Amino acid sequence: MIAFLIRRTLLAGFTTFVISIIAFMVIQLPPGDFATTYVQLLLGFGQGSGATGAILGDPAIEQQMREAYGLDQPVVVQYLKWLWRILQLDFGIGLEAGKKITEVIGQRLLNTVILAVGTILFTWVLAVPIGIYSAVKHNTPADYGVTFVGFLGLAVPDFLLGLALLWIGFAYFDISIGGLYSTAYINAPWSFDKFIDLLKHLWVPAIVLGTAGTAGLIRILRNNLLDELAKPYVVAARARGIPEWRLVLKYPVRMALNPFISTIGYLLPFLLSGSVIVSVVLSLPTLGPTLLRALLGEDLFLAATIVLLLGLLTVIGTLLSDILLVIFDPRIKLDG
Amino acid sequence: MAQEQALPMAADVKDEQLDVAGPWLLMWWRFRKHRLAMASVVVIALFYLVAILADFLSSSEPVTTNERFNYVPPQTIHWFADGWIRPYVHDITSTLDLTTFKKNYEVDTETRFPVRFFGRGYEYRFLGLFNTDRHLFIVETPDGHRAPFILGGDAFGRDLMSRILHGTRISLTIGLAGVSISIVLGVALGGLSGFYGGIIDTVVQRLIEILRSIPTIPLWLALAASLPREWSITRIYLAVTVILSLYAWTELARVVRGRFLAMREDDFIMAAKLAGASDSRIIFRHMVPNFASHLIAAATLAVPFMIISETALSFLGLGLVPPAISWGVLLKSAQNVQTVALYPWLMLIAVPVIVAVLAFNFVGDGLRDAADPYG
Repeated sequence: MIAFLIRRTLLAGFTTFVISIIAFMVIQLPPGDFATTYVQLLLGFGQGSGATGAILGDPAIEQQMREAYGLDQPVVVQYLKWLWRILQLDFGIGLEAGKKITEVIGQRLLNTVILAVGTILFTWVLAVPIGIYSAVKHNTPADYGVTFVGFLGLAVPDFLLGLALLWIGFAYFDISIGGLYSTAYINAPWSFDKFIDLLKHLWVPAIVLGTAGTAGLIRILRNNLLDELAKPYVVAARARGIPEWRLVLKYPVRMALNPFISTIGYLLPFLLSGSVIVSVVLSLPTLGPTLLRALLGEDLFLAATIVLLLGLLTVIGTLLSDILLVIFDPRIKLDG
Repeated sequence: MAQEQALPMAADVKDEQLDVAGPWLLMWWRFRKHRLAMASVVVIALFYLVAILADFLSSSEPVTTNERFNYVPPQTIHWFADGWIRPYVHDITSTLDLTTFKKNYEVDTETRFPVRFFGRGYEYRFLGLFNTDRHLFIVETPDGHRAPFILGGDAFGRDLMSRILHGTRISLTIGLAGVSISIVLGVALGGLSGFYGGIIDTVVQRLIEILRSIPTIPLWLALAASLPREWSITRIYLAVTVILSLYAWTELARVVRGRFLAMREDDFIMAAKLAGASDSRIIFRHMVPNFASHLIAAATLAVPFMIISETALSFLGLGLVPPAISWGVLLKSAQNVQTVALYPWLMLIAVPVIVAVLAFNFVGDGLRDAADPYG
């Protein structure tokens, strides 16, 4: 058990390391380097006129900046320097208004986590009753209906669903669905009221993001439960007169629920990456729109930091899921 | 006998035929029983037919802009004129509302333009064989020809139906190209991992786990954003395909490795080894035919993943960009609620995406159940 945990944690650490390399590649891949872009940014601020323009237009200044940031050194050295600064939580400067990246990302990181957790909870809350019902009422119209909706949920891309819901809300109900907080609460400090307001706004993005995951989980739960319900111990219990609902809930459902714990493992990367697009469509203040803007505007340090953070969240989530799985089901083989 | 009868076979298969049927025939019989999967095969075939015949089926060049028909709403084709079946369309005139700057379209019920089947439209190369200008249907106007705009027009007055038909080409072939690359990678690495086991297996497994735990979309966005803007559409298309397959191969590798591990201990493999067969002969002559069916099922299920991923990337503006036409690029015009609220027919582009993805999912499920009814 302990050996397994240690091995998983080591693997998580190694994965994060790989992700950091990939994130760093993001900075390196486009042509030109940060010095060029930063100089251009400053020139843009000062309109390149007067003394500032003269200073910045001088290639020697760019070269000095390069040396200061270590941009003329081999890639490995650059990477190590970047990594060292990251570990000190100095993520660098974003290009938009030159703000420190930590300020730009802070609140949005929290919102991304809230969105992911909220969606997972929503997914479970919906998928469990529907899955159980669908398996128990096997091959009835209700079952077919659920399966069909489940397939639709898998097939419709989540951003399209978000767009459709936005439009329906606008066209038929005259409400605007986007955003995670009402205007009054956006910059307010955390309070219970703000939390309630958040919940009121959270259910739409959670539906949009969670539909595919819910559909998948319903199918898995339904199949597992069907397998369990066919087993002899269920027949024996029924013969002994145990009421049907208790019979279903006591053992088969517990067996079928195993995949739910492990689903955090694959739901989390799916959600975090899917939330990027949905957040763009629904204008949610999470890391998604920021990443897109950063990439389109070639704000590379910001983009790399976001990629790294999202990867780190995913790895942590997967690790948590593995630990939970081992705790809940001792039958799982522990050799990885 | 009793065991074969327990397998889900089509009803008309007799027992004698069951005894001598090879594995592919057995799989086909099991697949046939899935009505949904069979219907989906037809749907997919139709989609690819549309992709091949896109120029013939569409009524106007997908890239030609036409100011007169900016955001024109979907028009209806009227089928009966004077008691005969003579399809026609009305003329459309537009007025600009000076308060909202929105174009209002009026249908002029007085004028009628006939809809000709196999009429003359823009010139194109049919199947790469010969030039022609015949299209399935075209509206003849006094000034020439135009599209009937059954699905409306987009921001530049281009016929949405024609653009969707052309978009089918890129969107569906990206799926095939990406899956091909994934199959090669997946079989190579999964096979090595499963057949030799040991340290190779551990390394490849860790690699797969790491790749699967990275959130894909941020990574793809970053990779797609770093593609040089000057690249031609074809190169961007290939690069996007490679980027997508770098994730998709992991699933195929897992399937292949699982099958290899299961088969390694089988008696017939041991017999082949004892008979002196080389490793490659064992792999290609004995093992590959056994997992080919599973591989095809997994590959079919990977195609909708590719389609949706490409759609998502292009939807955000990274990946394919205009003038390339794919479903994702088309959906980009429906990106915000302001556009969609005013011109909701732009969302119709979602319909072929959903149908194609559903069809591939059903076929993949059917194939998976047919390949291994016990698994």
